[in-house]
Amino acid sequence: MLRRLLQAVPTLLVIAVLNFCVIQLAPGDAADVLAGESGGATPEYMTQLRHRFGLDRSKFVQLAVYVKNVLGFDLGYSFRDGMPVRELILQRLGPTLLLMGTTIVFSIVLGVFLGLVAAAHVNTWRDNLLSVLSLLSYATPLFWVGLMLIGVFSLKLGWFPTSGMESVAAFYEGWDRVVDIAHHLVLPALTLSLFYMALYTRLMRAAMLEQWGMDYVTTARAKGLTERRIALRHVLRNAVLPVVTMAGVQIGALLGGSVVVETVFGWPGMGLLAFQSLFARDVNLLLGIFFVSACLVVVVNLLVDLVYFALDPRIEVR
Amino acid sequence: MREFWRGFSRNRTTVAGLAFFAAVALIAVFGPHFYPDGPFKLVAKPFLPPGGTYLFGTDMLGRDVAAGIVYGARTSLVIGLTSTFFAIVAGALVGGVAGYYGRWVDEALMRWTEIFQTIPFFIFAILLVAVLAPSVKSVILAIAVVSWPPMSRLVRGEFMAMRGREFVEACVGMGMSDARVIFVHILPNCLSSVIVTGSLMVATAILTESSLSFLGLSDPNLMSWGFMVGAGREFLQRAPWLCAVPGIAILLTVLAINLIGEGLSDALNPRLRQA
Repeated sequence: MLRRLLQAVPTLLVIAVLNFCVIQLAPGDAADVLAGESGGATPEYMTQLRHRFGLDRSKFVQLAVYVKNVLGFDLGYSFRDGMPVRELILQRLGPTLLLMGTTIVFSIVLGVFLGLVAAAHVNTWRDNLLSVLSLLSYATPLFWVGLMLIGVFSLKLGWFPTSGMESVAAFYEGWDRVVDIAHHLVLPALTLSLFYMALYTRLMRAAMLEQWGMDYVTTARAKGLTERRIALRHVLRNAVLPVVTMAGVQIGALLGGSVVVETVFGWPGMGLLAFQSLFARDVNLLLGIFFVSACLVVVVNLLVDLVYFALDPRIEVR
Repeated sequence: MREFWRGFSRNRTTVAGLAFFAAVALIAVFGPHFYPDGPFKLVAKPFLPPGGTYLFGTDMLGRDVAAGIVYGARTSLVIGLTSTFFAIVAGALVGGVAGYYGRWVDEALMRWTEIFQTIPFFIFAILLVAVLAPSVKSVILAIAVVSWPPMSRLVRGEFMAMRGREFVEACVGMGMSDARVIFVHILPNCLSSVIVTGSLMVATAILTESSLSFLGLSDPNLMSWGFMVGAGREFLQRAPWLCAVPGIAILLTVLAINLIGEGLSDALNPRLRQA
């Protein structure tokens, strides 16, 4: 486990270096970028920034200083909101994690279930319907799904709120607040889940079909187990492994998708913050968001390894 | 070739996908001649519903939505194809070198690829476009930068499988240069899987472009489908067609490319079909 943690370090290091390279690409020097293009910075502050990042010294020193700061989670200052980037991001982390977690659970549970249905009824109308639906969800842009869901379920039917995470004006507390947030969560989580659900359904279907041909299934049958028990107790456990692997691989993409979904639904997470920073041309904030999302990916991947270990004891946590 | 076509056209959905894609390509090439004033021209009153003089109605400023769709097709295809081309070149280069030389070269390049695969690629694309200022070039660059890793892994796998084959040994034994063996002898043998994966990459690139332009990260001088949806979203209740029409255009185009990709995969890699 410790080795796993240590392996994560180079990844973060590379991302910090990438960030630095991106700053070099931008017009003007790093101080211009870090201070934001809003022109809110005073000349004194700019000199101070230039000194702090060693801009008067060689590029190599600059890189070292920058990487050291970023790895210590010193992400600089955002002029758009007048507060440190780290605090801004921390405020928005909760909603993003909530959306992400719900989406992961939702898409895996439904994907596994639908994959089971498809595998149990191969080449029947159910299987075909599911494969057509998954083809469609592969091709649909996320933002469009979100907007259409808002159009139908919020504007036409009035079942769900159009945007935000909670009804701020209502001052709900305790359970009422939980219910209120859950109510707001339904559409964004559904939107973000759709693609992954389709992906996991297909994976699950393929894995189930593959596992059914294995020797241990014959053994289980010879023992006189019912088909249902074989499927749920023996095959499912093995077939779910590729889905979990895929879920780990997809975390980065999921975070990217949440930028779009949070923008569509006004969900006050990191993604919406990224969108807002685009408007303010606050590159430094964007850099911070990118770095924190990459950290999230690394952390979630470690968690996925643990889940994997729990599912399949043969695999050692290296 | 005939055999290829037979395998390809066996599936009716593949042919439908190809037909639709051909239609989009024709629209992208010749469509703008029918709208010489461009997609930004104000032609009529705002919010005219679809079905009247203007096939898809007009938007909040009185621009013709159909003209936007036509010019947007051009933007989507150009960006989708060009960025995929660069991603394939970069991916094939990295994967080819890693697979051919193996050992520490492979180790180093694959670590690098892995890291690129774990980063939240869409956020990185946003970052790149935002820093470089939105333009066709920066969007193409950003999409190419985030989409090469799968291609490099694929090519590496193919190269590793072929490295030990007799024809490669023979080439090396004849004293050919590494570059010649890689590009003239091994690469053409990987072409079928590169084409299959590449076609699916075009679909992803078009989706990524639409998401970027939805967020406002598109060339301000070019009309794009994602931009149209983004601009129309405030008028979802009043004028739902502003979002619906370009969204359906994206959906159908991407779907068509995915169908073509599946057909190609069936026709070129009959082995994959069984797997």
